[in-house]
Amino acid sequence: MKPTSHAFKQNAAEALVDEQLQKALRNVDRGFVAKRAAAREKLPEFDRLRDEARDIKNHTLDYLDLYLEAYQNKVRETGGQVHWASTATDACEIIQNICMGAGAQSVAKGKSMISEEIGLNAYLETSGLKVIETDLGEYIIQLRGEHPSHIIAPAVHLAKEQVEADFRSKHKELPAGRRLDEPKQLVDEARQVLRKQFLAADVGITGANFLIAETGSSVIVTNEGNGDLTQTLARVHIVIASLEKIVPTLEDANTLIRLLARSATGQEISTYTTYSTGPKRPGDLDGPDEYHVVLLDNGRSELLGSEFRDMLRCIRCGACMNHCPVYNAIGGHAYGWVYPGPMGAVLTPSLIGVNEAGHLPNASTFCGRCEAVCPMHIPLPDMMRHWRDREFAQKSVPVLQRWALRIWAWAATRHRLYQFGTGLVMPMLAFLGGRSGAFRRLPLFGGWTKHRDLPAPQGRTFQQLWRKRRGRGGAS
Amino acid sequence: MASGCCLQTVGPRINESRIGKLGRLETVYDNPSSSSSSLAPRVGLFVTCLVDLFRPSVGFAAVKLLEDAGCIVEVPRAQTCCGQPAYNNGDRADAQRIARTVIEAFEHYDYVVVPSGSCAGTLKRHYPKLLAGDPDWAERASAMAEKVYELISFLTDIRGVSAVDASFDGAVTYHDSCTGLRELGVKDQPRRLLASVKGLTLKEMDDAEVCCGFGGTFSIKYPDISNAIVEKKTKHIAMSEADLVLAGDLGCLMNMAGKLKREGKTVAARHIAEVLAGMTDEPPIGAPAHKRG
Repeated sequence: MKPTSHAFKQNAAEALVDEQLQKALRNVDRGFVAKRAAAREKLPEFDRLRDEARDIKNHTLDYLDLYLEAYQNKVRETGGQVHWASTATDACEIIQNICMGAGAQSVAKGKSMISEEIGLNAYLETSGLKVIETDLGEYIIQLRGEHPSHIIAPAVHLAKEQVEADFRSKHKELPAGRRLDEPKQLVDEARQVLRKQFLAADVGITGANFLIAETGSSVIVTNEGNGDLTQTLARVHIVIASLEKIVPTLEDANTLIRLLARSATGQEISTYTTYSTGPKRPGDLDGPDEYHVVLLDNGRSELLGSEFRDMLRCIRCGACMNHCPVYNAIGGHAYGWVYPGPMGAVLTPSLIGVNEAGHLPNASTFCGRCEAVCPMHIPLPDMMRHWRDREFAQKSVPVLQRWALRIWAWAATRHRLYQFGTGLVMPMLAFLGGRSGAFRRLPLFGGWTKHRDLPAPQGRTFQQLWRKRRGRGGAS
Repeated sequence: MASGCCLQTVGPRINESRIGKLGRLETVYDNPSSSSSSLAPRVGLFVTCLVDLFRPSVGFAAVKLLEDAGCIVEVPRAQTCCGQPAYNNGDRADAQRIARTVIEAFEHYDYVVVPSGSCAGTLKRHYPKLLAGDPDWAERASAMAEKVYELISFLTDIRGVSAVDASFDGAVTYHDSCTGLRELGVKDQPRRLLASVKGLTLKEMDDAEVCCGFGGTFSIKYPDISNAIVEKKTKHIAMSEADLVLAGDLGCLMNMAGKLKREGKTVAARHIAEVLAGMTDEPPIGAPAHKRG
């Protein structure tokens, strides 16, 4: 996927006037937020679990190499294969080779943000493979040639009328007069169409919510059951996951699962939580003949030793974006790449470069709601600030902004000069703005007055008034 | 100087855990009528740049509330801004310079009180991080951070104030400014004190805890997004049917007041300290100045 994060401002401006998108975004705001709050309310130990979850992941990251090796050994013991991919291209090549080796023509895919990150579909399609997304949301955006706008609800930006139109134009083989105005009818139709694809698929590719070192299992949580069909019906099952998905034990995975669905959709647990371990064993009724895990680094091991390490605790629940006023205003596509919202603002610059994605960590009010709801206690605002530090240090901040800051800071550390200057300017501004009480326009404040008035100052500064009232010899 | 006569306090007035450290406060409260300045805590008021420049009346309201709560208030001259614009825009070196001047000016007070959750959060939660790598300043930053409070929560949680002697005839709604709420836990305290204002009705708005879209320099760097967020906020303010919106941060208030005014909505905006101090003679934020005689 070619990033458009550099055009964030333009993307956002377009999103803000997209009425249909704005209507769809209200569902995020209302739906996910209220449901999470209710689920949290019902679980008294929610905050204790968050602490536990953070500790589990911190411990895992401390011994990442050890757990990854243990995991690899377990996967091999159970008859599976582990492939290490340091870059996106490596991962795509490995998967392509597995598909070719299996003589595959058709690939069914469960939902995987990692596959979006590495651009897997496009890669496989160039080698003549037919790739079908089986998660309903992913399927819809695949039909539309779009990318997910949310990490757990990829088609959240769409209205059901748009989906109906897409189904009518793509499912030509179905009767034209059929009813598709209810969500259930859309789901039934997708199920009917996808069922054939599941049966035809040679390879099933899924992501993983967790990889368990103790058992060599991968875990996916879904609500549609499509993941189960993807991984059990095809001859070959490929799991694509990034390094930090590892947890030490089954018990640890379950602690995280208790937080995941509640934080994501407000469910106590998702409809399906599926553990897969190795290929079909003798005597098993179903399951794949081959089981592969592609472990992707793609910059993670560099994050491990950096100020962004905490980001590797992320379990991709999407709570940060559901609660983000910026995400709720512009939606996910405006962020210009795979990961939107606060987690994307931290992760994206590390994956596609801060020059491309520099806007993202800046486009936050630092309201802190993301950190407050993060089940893994990731200090998202602090990490966005770290990116801003790097941008300032490497001088990629616009020159005007840079100098305005520096001059202001110079004055702010010279209080007598500052107070002398502001003592002259503020009463003047008060005089100019006093009659109406606010400015509709003011030079240098165009960004502010474009959309709102700037309240005028009252007159003399507090420092002036205080010194006058209390006298010079008064309080300090 | 006021001697605490206007404020009612209830026991236990001081958080138990603080009594050991600040034992002398007990004396003040056990004999509120005889509180003498030698026993009253010395509070350094960090005015904040916006209050200093745009709305000094908030500073005076803060002084009154603090003095009514038995504090000796001083306003060090060597203060300008907490440094957030630099800190939040990656200019760490300047942010550190500003932090050091603030610490130097305020560290000797018993308390540092700030009529803004956002600036208080910077002094309390961020200075220690900002100066963590500086052996000469890390400890001083942490030591001062312990003594920093947002104004309203300082009154309730540290000074045990449970009611104010003020009246306001009208319906108000209260916006929870983000940093005060999430970094400092300011949520019930302002509502408790508002409940004691005679004639005042609190009408909660929907999504009172959701950001107003100000975000400091964010409002200028991303004006369109900021606008979309504040539009939702003014809609909720208007739907609350309050006459006045209150908050504890002047930045958020200027944003909301500026938007309300641009939209032609008649809801007024004030800092909560003005109402709690009974100092509402000055026109609301962004309203025309009174004619002066």
